[in-house]
Amino acid sequence: MAIRTEPFVMNMGPVHPSTHGVYRMRLTLDGEVVVDVEPVIGYLHRGIEKLAEQRTWTGVIPLTDRLDYISSMSNNLAYCLAVEKLAGIEIPERAEYIRVIMAELQRICNHLVAVGSFFNDNGAYYTPFLQMYREREKIVDLFEMVSGQRLTYNYMRIGGVSQDVPRDFVPAVEKLLEQLPPAFDTFDKFLKDNEILLARAKGVGILSPELAIDYGITGPVLRASGLAWDLRKEDPYSIYDRFEFDIPTCDEGDSYDRYRIRMLEMRQSLRILQQAVKQLPEGPVKADVPHFFRPPAGEAYGRIESPKGEFGFYVVSDGSIAPYRCHIRSTSLINISVIRELVLGWKLADLVTIFGSIDICLGEVDR
Amino acid sequence: MAIIEPVINIPVILQTLPSDWPGNFWGHWVLFSLVTIIVVILMVMGFIYIARREIGRMQSRVGPNRTGPFGLLQAVADVLKVLLKEGITPAAVDKPIYWLAPIVTLVPVFVVFAVMPFTNGGMLANLNIGVLYVVAISSITTVGMFMAGWGSSNKYSLISAMRVIASVVSYEFPVLISIASVILIAGSLSLNDIVIAQDIPFILLQPLGFLVFFIAGLAEISRAPFDLLEADQEIVAGFHLEYSGIKFALFYLVEYGEAFLLSCLISTIFLAGWRGPILPEWLWFIIKALIVWFVMVWLWATLPRVRIDQMMALAWKFLLPLAVINLVVTAIEVLSLSEDMLWIMIPINFAMTAVLILFWSKKFFRLGWGRVEV
Repeated sequence: MAIRTEPFVMNMGPVHPSTHGVYRMRLTLDGEVVVDVEPVIGYLHRGIEKLAEQRTWTGVIPLTDRLDYISSMSNNLAYCLAVEKLAGIEIPERAEYIRVIMAELQRICNHLVAVGSFFNDNGAYYTPFLQMYREREKIVDLFEMVSGQRLTYNYMRIGGVSQDVPRDFVPAVEKLLEQLPPAFDTFDKFLKDNEILLARAKGVGILSPELAIDYGITGPVLRASGLAWDLRKEDPYSIYDRFEFDIPTCDEGDSYDRYRIRMLEMRQSLRILQQAVKQLPEGPVKADVPHFFRPPAGEAYGRIESPKGEFGFYVVSDGSIAPYRCHIRSTSLINISVIRELVLGWKLADLVTIFGSIDICLGEVDR
Repeated sequence: MAIIEPVINIPVILQTLPSDWPGNFWGHWVLFSLVTIIVVILMVMGFIYIARREIGRMQSRVGPNRTGPFGLLQAVADVLKVLLKEGITPAAVDKPIYWLAPIVTLVPVFVVFAVMPFTNGGMLANLNIGVLYVVAISSITTVGMFMAGWGSSNKYSLISAMRVIASVVSYEFPVLISIASVILIAGSLSLNDIVIAQDIPFILLQPLGFLVFFIAGLAEISRAPFDLLEADQEIVAGFHLEYSGIKFALFYLVEYGEAFLLSCLISTIFLAGWRGPILPEWLWFIIKALIVWFVMVWLWATLPRVRIDQMMALAWKFLLPLAVINLVVTAIEVLSLSEDMLWIMIPINFAMTAVLILFWSKKFFRLGWGRVEV
């Protein structure tokens, strides 16, 4: 006798342990299988784009910290690049190097959190998560050393950075560069070939390159699908054309590859850091930008390869002390838009795995 | 220790009394039941403490160390806190089922300890079908969990309830069959007799049976990596999501009570229970249970969680066939070897375990092979 079954609707979020913030998914489940998913966003909307219109050009920088709060430095950098492009400001050599060091440290920082919470989403009871947080803590200590903050750094300024790094910063980075590779080796040794992880993540949520391009996906998620697209190489901003590094790619585009690609990228970041620290020149760290900064009327789009993908600011100036319009191309929002294509037909547990492997930050999704 | 000794030995003392002694009923059944319950609750607190400290160490943090000496009283503080919490009953719950569920879940866990030999004969009732009793009664807990999941009128709880039923139905078979091969050697269903039969601990005679029992037992009591029914990344807390206050505390007690039960069972069936030199018998028993628990927490802190279809597949495609093969091989060995030649089983069975596991995971079923169709 066939038992009549029917799908039911379940609300996942906005407060749920594995939605990485206040994301909500209206799931239609057939038993455990996901039949339909309808994302609902906006629970963390603070209107940052609108708020930016009432701040001075410099005053927007603290707002950018609150976008992707896992990687504030990168957000600062993207905004400053956009405004500098708008006003045509040349920034000092030392400031460029400090920015690159910060951005790459931030990338490692972000990927450690991403991989840690990916394992958490797969049900590892916080151990990989906390081990990775231990490494992240060392980087956060460095950020605290330069900016006094541990999460929202507000460190970069239009025309450079807010202050020079302290004298013991460079030795501290060098020490960190010695400590991190063994730690990454340990992570790979214990996590890479874990049988249960392979079972859970291999082949789950395969994102084809075509689909990724159609959805405008960037960053590690795109590179895991096999496309070597990285703005640091394709459209070098700042001084990235001076460094030697590779763009790692994977072939499958499944959740496992999205985890692997982040581990590989961290090692490339270490390479960039080693070169940047070695080449770090002396000199001023801030161009001469007036206190009441009025860029000429016009518009500019500044973009970077943030840890999560292409992250850009589109700023419009009417010649006043505040942006006329400030649009944010938020990576997380665009990357997560593909979630429906990935999860249909998979089980509830796979939904969590796929969601975790994309690595979003709700501060950025909702802006 | 000097205080605990006479208390633990009450049943032994009572056995020396004449059977028509009027104090037998009160002295034996009521008093010893009370002692058993207290021991279980104390051990549960100890288990919580060990788990939290051990996981803390593995995650490069300290763990609870403020309440009482070395944080030993943390569990007490937690219990007091949770008792003082307001018990919230959601409006939409199925009230009778919702209220009964914690009791139905809790009682079997305590009842099972009646046949657990803490010392030689130090048990509430030396049932001659002890193993069957344990397996049968401990399964009732599942009904309570299903009631909780169903009665909560919460979809997360409902999914959890379905997972409970599915996993317990599947994993009962490997558990029973791996115990059956032990019973073939011991020749008795009484847990005390099984311990007495272990001149060589059965973990050496039955390595495959031990592995199957351990894995299937973990799944049965839903500990990591099979903790699907309270997978907080997927279904938040599962069947006890809508419970608060004392009712939640009872579920928490069940969770660790079951862990203690499995530790005790493994130490009794495979690690020679109370047998051991020098130290008193009950201490050996507790030490062995703690070692098992240590390994369980170790796995908990280390492994990711499997998916429900993979968990089913592991039971039916991996554990069950291996358990059956083990049972057949053990039966042949028991028939062909005499009582004092049992040690020959050690090399044979270890070789068989290694070969079977390698062969099976290469040829038929391996978890990491990707998507498992069900």
